[in-house]
Amino acid sequence: MSDSATTIDQAEVDRFSRLAAEWWNPKGKFKPLHKFNPVRLTYIRDTVCAHFGRDPNAPKPFEGLRLLDIGCGGGLLSEPMSRLGADVVGADASETNIEVAKIHADQSGVDVDYRATTSEALEAAGETFDIVLNMEVVEHVADVDLFMKSCAAMVRPGGLMFVATINRTTKAWGLAIVGAEYVLGWLPRGTHQYEKLVKPSEIDAALSGTGVEVFDRSGVFYNVLADEWRLSRDMDVNYMVVARRGA
Amino acid sequence: MAKASTKSARSKAKKPALPDRCDVFVAGAGYVGLATALSVARGAPDLSVVVADAAPEGVWEKDGRASAIAAAACKMLEALDCWDALVPHAQPMTEMIVTDSRTADPVRPVFLTFDGDVAPGEPFAHMLPNVEMNRILRQRCAEAGVTIVQGAGVTGFERDGALTRIMAGDDTIVEARLLIACDGVRSRLRDMAGIRTVHWDYGQSGIVATIAHERPHEGRAEEHFLPAGPFAILPLTGNRSSIVWTESTENAERLLKADPFTFEMELEQRFGLKLGELTVEDGPRAYPLGLTLARDFVAERFALAGDAAHGIHPIAGQGLNLGFKDAAALAETVVEAHRLGQDIGALDVLERYQRWRRFDTVQMGVTTDVLNRLFSNDLAPVRAVRDLGLGLVDRMPQLKSFFIRQAAGLAGPAPRLLRGDPI
Repeated sequence: MSDSATTIDQAEVDRFSRLAAEWWNPKGKFKPLHKFNPVRLTYIRDTVCAHFGRDPNAPKPFEGLRLLDIGCGGGLLSEPMSRLGADVVGADASETNIEVAKIHADQSGVDVDYRATTSEALEAAGETFDIVLNMEVVEHVADVDLFMKSCAAMVRPGGLMFVATINRTTKAWGLAIVGAEYVLGWLPRGTHQYEKLVKPSEIDAALSGTGVEVFDRSGVFYNVLADEWRLSRDMDVNYMVVARRGA
Repeated sequence: MAKASTKSARSKAKKPALPDRCDVFVAGAGYVGLATALSVARGAPDLSVVVADAAPEGVWEKDGRASAIAAAACKMLEALDCWDALVPHAQPMTEMIVTDSRTADPVRPVFLTFDGDVAPGEPFAHMLPNVEMNRILRQRCAEAGVTIVQGAGVTGFERDGALTRIMAGDDTIVEARLLIACDGVRSRLRDMAGIRTVHWDYGQSGIVATIAHERPHEGRAEEHFLPAGPFAILPLTGNRSSIVWTESTENAERLLKADPFTFEMELEQRFGLKLGELTVEDGPRAYPLGLTLARDFVAERFALAGDAAHGIHPIAGQGLNLGFKDAAALAETVVEAHRLGQDIGALDVLERYQRWRRFDTVQMGVTTDVLNRLFSNDLAPVRAVRDLGLGLVDRMPQLKSFFIRQAAGLAGPAPRLLRGDPI
């Protein structure tokens, strides 16, 4: 790991590296992410298709779009994006995650360009994308403002950036930390720290002056009876936003 | 998991019709297997779908049985562009009479009449010959690019990462992302996958036959609850009806071995003579009845559908309709996952199908089990209670409409195909 990486919190990277082998087990420690995948995939697919004028029911609707999955972990989003036809770069600061992701993509016959790198390094290399996915990452980085600005810089004119995270509210503390980590045991304790959670207004603030502007927001809520995540107007706990750069 | 396939070389020459690889491999070419394959292929044309059937070429054309198609299954056949070709073979059922009586009673009291349509102009069910349904499903499958291979029973399969390696026919190996077992109530694939079942044997058999009669049935279905079990008369096209006659397995065997005259005498006693003289046109054949529910409907890269997942008592005529619901729900799950770029064989994807279907299936299994136990006996107090029950149902419009909607298969959250919409 390079010492110059400024947005990386080493303690966070180490914790996820230990968990990396668990990534692709839908019954394992990342079960909540597997459960969460359909709702965020649907949101991404439908927003991208509406924005770029694609048919969501056609084969490979993301054909020709270059996509960055920043903080890709084991590749839970990168693989579906590649199957949808996108040209995918999956980036993660953890070498272990990238190794796990590469092995799995190879087994699945899915083509993803996985790189153990950071958003700043990609930005410095002059990489640009039609779509930047920034999902369940901002609450784990050391400097939200710097991270968001480097991601925004890579969004091409007319391109999109998705951000999903957890709000910093009392309700989020109760549900996403106490509930999910301590009561239900869905997530390992210490996965999320309250003070690192990010408010929607802080996303807007971090993006100010970047030319990338939020145009849609949605809450995501867990429906206990259906045992699935659904879109909701309530952004107090989990939420997703999508921003665009003018063409 | 399943039996290991250690054969090293792929013998392409022996079974050229089976491909080396496909996305979805369906084992079993009954109506559930064909409907599932067709629904997936139409919903996601970029997925390659193979149907492999253990029976040799031409066996399916010899099926003389007919099935009751509820309104929802009919909508699905419409959505799959199969219905128009089936109309000439379909007998609408516009009325259903349910009675409870001892065999010897000359006039049976009519307790429950399910007459009237579900919606104006829509009969609550149709009777269709299996062979016609199979024929049109095969034709539409071929048009949708589905490969159908006969004489290719699955002998083993093993999961290997993102694929499952299937041995079929003469040791041909096919790599698939998802294996769907539609191989019937005694599913061998279910056993190979190590999925256990809950099973009750009723000690009863269903005698099935096609009967020709002198006078028209006018679209009327009848279900008589006789002491040995239900006796159903289901109208076919022309002056013909299909019967499902429940007897103890012992008596059923005796009836099948008896000379045709004795069989027709026994039949007349139950069928009655109001449709005139009766002739046995096809059959009789007997099928042992039981309730079989798979403990799981899915495993990694594996799913059960139709009777392989649940063999229920035919008392409410719901076997086929449950099977079509499975086909519609499984195809919708697979197509939806594919359109989100997900791995169609992943366990968390397949579990959506299981959650969707299992409650409905168990409920139907238990309901038909209770109905059968209630109606298959001759104790006076039980008769009094159930007569009262049926009478009450007939007098309470809301309860009756609940039952008729259940019989039409319209209740519960319906997959898109069952609402007549494409996936």
